[in-house]
Amino acid sequence: MALLQIAEPGLTAAPHQHRLAVGIDLGTTNSLVAAVRSGVAGTLADESNLHSLPSVVRYTQDAVFVGREAEAFSAQDPQNTIVSVKRFMGRSLEDIQSGSQTFPYAFEASEHGLPIFVTPQGKVNPVQVSAEILKPLIQRAEATLGGTLEGVVITVPAYFDDAQRQGTKDAASLIGVKVLRLLNEPTAAAIAYGLDSGKEGIIAVYDLGGGTFDISILRLNKGVFEVLATGGDSALGGDDFDHMLQDFFQQQWSLQKISASLSRKLLIEARRVKEALTNSDTTIASVVDDSGCELSLTVSRATFDSMISKLVKKTVSSCRRALRDADVSKEDVLEAVMVGGSTRVPLVREEVANFFGKSPLTSIDPDRVVAIGAGIQADILVGNKPESDLLLLDVIPLSLGVETMGGLVEKVVSRNTTIPVARAQEFTTFKDGQTAMAFHVVQGERELVADCRSLAKFTLNGIPPLAAGAAHIRVTFQVDADGLLSVTAMEKSTGVKTSIQVKPSFGLSDTEIGAMLRDSMANAEEDITRRMLAEKQVEAARVLESLNAALSKDSQLLTADELVSIQHFMASLAQLASEQDTDAIEKAIEALDTVTQDFAAKRMDNSIKLALKGQSVDNI
Amino acid sequence: MNYFELFSLSPSYDVDTAILAERYRDLQRAVHPDKFANASEQDKRLSVQRTAQINDAFQTLKNPIQRAEHLLALKGLELSHESTTLKDTQFLMQQIEWRESLEEIGDSDDPEAEIEGLYASFDAFAKPITAALKVLLLSDLESDHLQAADQIRKLKFMAKLQDELARVEDALLD
Repeated sequence: MALLQIAEPGLTAAPHQHRLAVGIDLGTTNSLVAAVRSGVAGTLADESNLHSLPSVVRYTQDAVFVGREAEAFSAQDPQNTIVSVKRFMGRSLEDIQSGSQTFPYAFEASEHGLPIFVTPQGKVNPVQVSAEILKPLIQRAEATLGGTLEGVVITVPAYFDDAQRQGTKDAASLIGVKVLRLLNEPTAAAIAYGLDSGKEGIIAVYDLGGGTFDISILRLNKGVFEVLATGGDSALGGDDFDHMLQDFFQQQWSLQKISASLSRKLLIEARRVKEALTNSDTTIASVVDDSGCELSLTVSRATFDSMISKLVKKTVSSCRRALRDADVSKEDVLEAVMVGGSTRVPLVREEVANFFGKSPLTSIDPDRVVAIGAGIQADILVGNKPESDLLLLDVIPLSLGVETMGGLVEKVVSRNTTIPVARAQEFTTFKDGQTAMAFHVVQGERELVADCRSLAKFTLNGIPPLAAGAAHIRVTFQVDADGLLSVTAMEKSTGVKTSIQVKPSFGLSDTEIGAMLRDSMANAEEDITRRMLAEKQVEAARVLESLNAALSKDSQLLTADELVSIQHFMASLAQLASEQDTDAIEKAIEALDTVTQDFAAKRMDNSIKLALKGQSVDNI
Repeated sequence: MNYFELFSLSPSYDVDTAILAERYRDLQRAVHPDKFANASEQDKRLSVQRTAQINDAFQTLKNPIQRAEHLLALKGLELSHESTTLKDTQFLMQQIEWRESLEEIGDSDDPEAEIEGLYASFDAFAKPITAALKVLLLSDLESDHLQAADQIRKLKFMAKLQDELARVEDALLD
């Protein structure tokens, strides 16, 4: 009989155990999941040996279908078959409907003006639809890898703003998945290429997906991937090429009022024609209209090229701007990497090759390269490769600012600043006894608030009542490694922490997310209680594990008394974590957090000192 | 916070950018949030804060104008958020000249040559200012610090003009 392994309390039984983590490319048209297995990174296939999952979700009376099963009904049931949901993420309904494109869905606006799809399964928002796409990918990963995932890395377009990023992260938390990091798609691609070739120097990543375009300029140096500049358009992609062809068909065949179903058929044919034109100079488009008539026409590549040339030129302009922001010239670019299915379009390849003066790199499948890079990063982040040299230094794609008098924007963090970043700004009251202050945070490059994207509005409360101009409120804007913003504030003269209620302009509030979570559970109350307990227990285990590791390494930084006190709180947390009281675990974690604060700060500063050890001040 | 100390460098206007970049990487490797993806919330929080600080320090030390400002701040003279205006007539005249050339670029037959010319003019003008600044920053006299502040203000103004020039250049290319 095998003996049970019993670890010492607080010590992990198997420190070298392989932890399961995957990278997910949550794409506009297709999604993929990748992992590192036996040292090799690759995408994971489903039971039919297919790697990509169409990002399509269909809601019927009885069930929700995702992927090919949903896609098959795209023309038949367009109203309930949602395609390209990524384009709705973090956008208002007004935004979406102001474009030239029309949608077959039954829309409703949420309280904050977010789009809601009315389906036979009830009302769903873009975050929930995205969560449906994540579900089968997670299931596939857990089945393939044979265990529960400890975390995922999800990729987002580099040009995604705060609301779009937050929405993506919310989708994962909705299905109880821990997000290790949101990773920018071009950076993910660079990892996939960079580790292969071990190159050093400047590389440009041109990423044209289904719905988004990104250009990133990176410097690779000794395992460090430093993003120098990024640019793009979060609403430009291969989908737009499809729509141009769709409009062209409609015009050529003189179709005026058409059904939603025919419209979707035209779109599907448009995509097929686009893809066919990659390898041949002409192709025949044909569609059966609502009356059963067959319509057909010949499309040449030249016709298609002239249709999309303006859009392609726009991407080249973005490349030029990104190079300037990065302060490098075209000649400095060692390699231009092509990412995203839309880079298969011959005109795109030609224009990019022309611009950079060299043929772009396409050796890794442009559809899979992002997922593969994310898989590599996930494997490192979860702790499977402690000796890894890889380090990603990414940037914020769009400037952050606050609204000032007259609807003007005062920039707080400018675009292409390396993240994480924290900037403090001081504000003062303009009325005697004023105790509250309203803020409006926006993202964008323009000078007027009206031309930027509204991120959040918040109110500072609890400012001590002082004479006008006497209170100095220091507001700190922090952007973390995921590119997500958080705000804290303090009144300087009194040290009073003011409370902040952030109302995301195009995102979901915590209460909305809570409600969605409850909705997603069958036996709401019981499930949620159980899940919360499980989550706290996992957190407690993580806290204890990392503290144990810290103590075994750095306990010399503590006095004997401090050590005893910490061990006391650890023992009590370990005890509570084995019981059922969620609140008590939470409190014990907080207590341990407080008692170890100095220790944690000392350790961090110690590692900063160690990093530069042996490099004397007079080295220069 | 003394950014030079953080990077284990002696405070000076001259900084070896290669060494600076190398130390930046070493510091990032020690505290970047990616190293704490699996750690406790507390460590994550600290790592974000420290990394943000290191990023800020790196940006400041990398940029000559900001570096000079930081040196001056370490000597007790804060330049940021001030509204002092320059009282240098010669520089004022030069400013007006630059502005005019900047506005006329669009009408020029050879805008690229105009742009190149302006960049060259900025460089030529900045050289003696930078040289003077270097000497002034070595001094411990308050009067020298005030003079250094004036030189920095000029450089800041020119940096702003250069940004504008870059925007004009950008617009021409589109």
